[in-house]
Amino acid sequence: MDQIKLTIDGKAVEVPKGTTIYKAAKSLGIDIPILCYMDLKGLNIENKPGGCRICVVEVEGRRNLASSCSTDVSEGMVVKTSTIRVLNARRTVMELILSDHPKDCLTCAKSGKCDLQDMAIKLGIRNIPGQEFAEMSTYRLDTSPSIIRDMDKCIMCRRCETMCNDFQTVGALSAVNRGFMSVVAPAFEMNLEHSPCTYCGQCVAVCPTGALTEVDHTRNVIAALSDPTKTVIVQTAPAVRAALGEEFGLEPGTLVTGKMVTALRTLGFDYVFDTDFAADLTIMEEGSELLGRLGKFIAGDKDVKLPILTSCCPAWVNFFEHNFPDMKDIPSTARSPQQMFGSIAKTYFADKIGVKREDLIVVSIMPCLAKKYECQRDEFSVDGNPDVDFSISTRELGFLIKQANIQFNGLPDEDFDKPMGESTGAAVIFGTTGGVIEAAARTAYELHTGNTLTNVDFKELRGLEGIRHATIDFGGFPLKIGIAHGLGNARKLLEDIKAGRSEFHAIEIMACPGGCIGGGGQPLHHGDSTILKARAKAIYAEDESKTLRKSHENPYIIKLYEEFLGKPLSEKAHHLLHTHYFDKSKNTFSI
Amino acid sequence: MSSVKIELRKDQIEKIHEICKSFNYEGGELINVLHKCQHEFGYLPAEIQEVVAEQLKLSVAKVYGVVTFYSFFSMIPKGKFPISICTGTACYVRGAENVLAEFKKQLKIEVGETSPDGKFSLSCLRCVGACGLAPVVLVGEKTFGRVAPDGVKAILAEFEQ
Repeated sequence: MDQIKLTIDGKAVEVPKGTTIYKAAKSLGIDIPILCYMDLKGLNIENKPGGCRICVVEVEGRRNLASSCSTDVSEGMVVKTSTIRVLNARRTVMELILSDHPKDCLTCAKSGKCDLQDMAIKLGIRNIPGQEFAEMSTYRLDTSPSIIRDMDKCIMCRRCETMCNDFQTVGALSAVNRGFMSVVAPAFEMNLEHSPCTYCGQCVAVCPTGALTEVDHTRNVIAALSDPTKTVIVQTAPAVRAALGEEFGLEPGTLVTGKMVTALRTLGFDYVFDTDFAADLTIMEEGSELLGRLGKFIAGDKDVKLPILTSCCPAWVNFFEHNFPDMKDIPSTARSPQQMFGSIAKTYFADKIGVKREDLIVVSIMPCLAKKYECQRDEFSVDGNPDVDFSISTRELGFLIKQANIQFNGLPDEDFDKPMGESTGAAVIFGTTGGVIEAAARTAYELHTGNTLTNVDFKELRGLEGIRHATIDFGGFPLKIGIAHGLGNARKLLEDIKAGRSEFHAIEIMACPGGCIGGGGQPLHHGDSTILKARAKAIYAEDESKTLRKSHENPYIIKLYEEFLGKPLSEKAHHLLHTHYFDKSKNTFSI
Repeated sequence: MSSVKIELRKDQIEKIHEICKSFNYEGGELINVLHKCQHEFGYLPAEIQEVVAEQLKLSVAKVYGVVTFYSFFSMIPKGKFPISICTGTACYVRGAENVLAEFKKQLKIEVGETSPDGKFSLSCLRCVGACGLAPVVLVGEKTFGRVAPDGVKAILAEFEQ
């Protein structure tokens, strides 16, 4: 590759052709301030619209300043990153951005975690000249079940657009209109609810300001907890325990399962349960479904729907309902663990403790924003009473714990309550890409072959590559497994199947990078794959630490079937644990 | 940008397909495809944008983003008599702005809009090469020169019947 020699701030440097000034400076240890620019190295996603102009630098011989994030180096270039001219320009740019930005930082959901606020601090902005007569652009607030769009706070960095279009291939968001009127919006400026948005929340995860935030349900949770007539129970998704610690300054990958349980109990939840219990239940149902379809296939039934697709990820479900409605009878009909938990909690468990359905409040802690939408789906409620009342994100739980003045890092470890807090290692790995299919393989293998698995670790299913293939020996039958995380990868995999380019028996799809550990509701990881890897490692460590590592060995799941459900795929199980999907391709843009 | 709800006929959809095909279904040709479509249909309602997006494998949001970025594209059907007011330098200094204001007042519409009866639409353009006649107004194919605000009523009246 051609090498380019240049000088930055008096230091000589040699970089490959095509490198930007910003990256060349970085290789010298010079950190040019950036705002709209985003480099998610681990995901191979770079956003460099060169729009905000904060990263401008002086280039000798060039009349105007260059945006360093989007200007490539050239031979003999002489760059100065911190001249008075540059510093003045950065300040002016910042003042102009702030002149059209609300000043309610104190009460903004993003306060303290806002890139714009950080930049204002860094540049020492103390007043905004012309603020008295500067006009502010304003736009209607768009509240969907999961995500709030407040375009008054948008600085047009286009990061959300990059995630939504390039990475997820959802295409819900685009920059529309121009100049002062420009905003990021769905087609025809419809609300998110009427767009192909899957609520994956990856836009929220990269938004530098408070323009895109999650719908905050912490107030509802506090209200429920302070109502003496209600029994409030909580379930926590596997990925939460591997990331919650980061909200309290702990190293990424610190497992905080025990502290989290203690914190939830301190907050006043009557029972602290685990979504992992329902993940084991999901494996019983989904695994049985897989075996049923596989049995027919091996017996020569050509019409059997294969590959079976996992259905735990609500953003993925939204994605195929919008984009692949012709394939809607292929995914497993098993509800997600969150919804299985809610359904069992409000029937089996409510009966057990003698509480009426309407007096039992089910709260879920999820790494996900799409879960907020999922629990509001009509099919997951009985007479208007939802199976899961409120779903809050890992970040929201962090806020709740801080608000309650709980000193999280010093908390002792406690255990989940029984019966719905008991889970196996198979359930824990649901939190990372490849985990659901590995958990399913552990159970399906034993049920299919009748043999005991000596080594439960299917290492070939693990990793962070976007699309992975593996073949597992299923007692002489080669079971072909596909795994995709990120909806762009999911789209590629599905299109390959449709075109007959690849053949699978079972496929796991997760909408977010790394699976739930990189969910839209997790502490912000800024695309740093070392953080995702650390979280995945923590998940596998918890799996390994468990005595029971196969879902069908969970004693409370066995009991649940004995006492209540009968057997997997029974009529009762179908009624409470399965669902159906809708063609949403048509009603997306109807105006 | 608001739009009128329409239903495309089969032959209209085929026409859009044909246009997309002539540009090899290249996403990079979006602007040219939209140009052709607007030439064919007079404007770009949401329904056309959806077909274009589907054909070029782009998101509808992206297509809408381009349509709203370029002022040439319109999502509102032009009136039976499209009125264009020249706001080029010569016309501007000779009072085109006041003429425009009078048209807006008489028709009760803004630039880029169409009167509710579908008769008139209002737009601005830059120089028709008749600066000697400034300020210039075009109504359909007909040109009016040295237009003053108090002459606007008479121009509209000519097309009212």
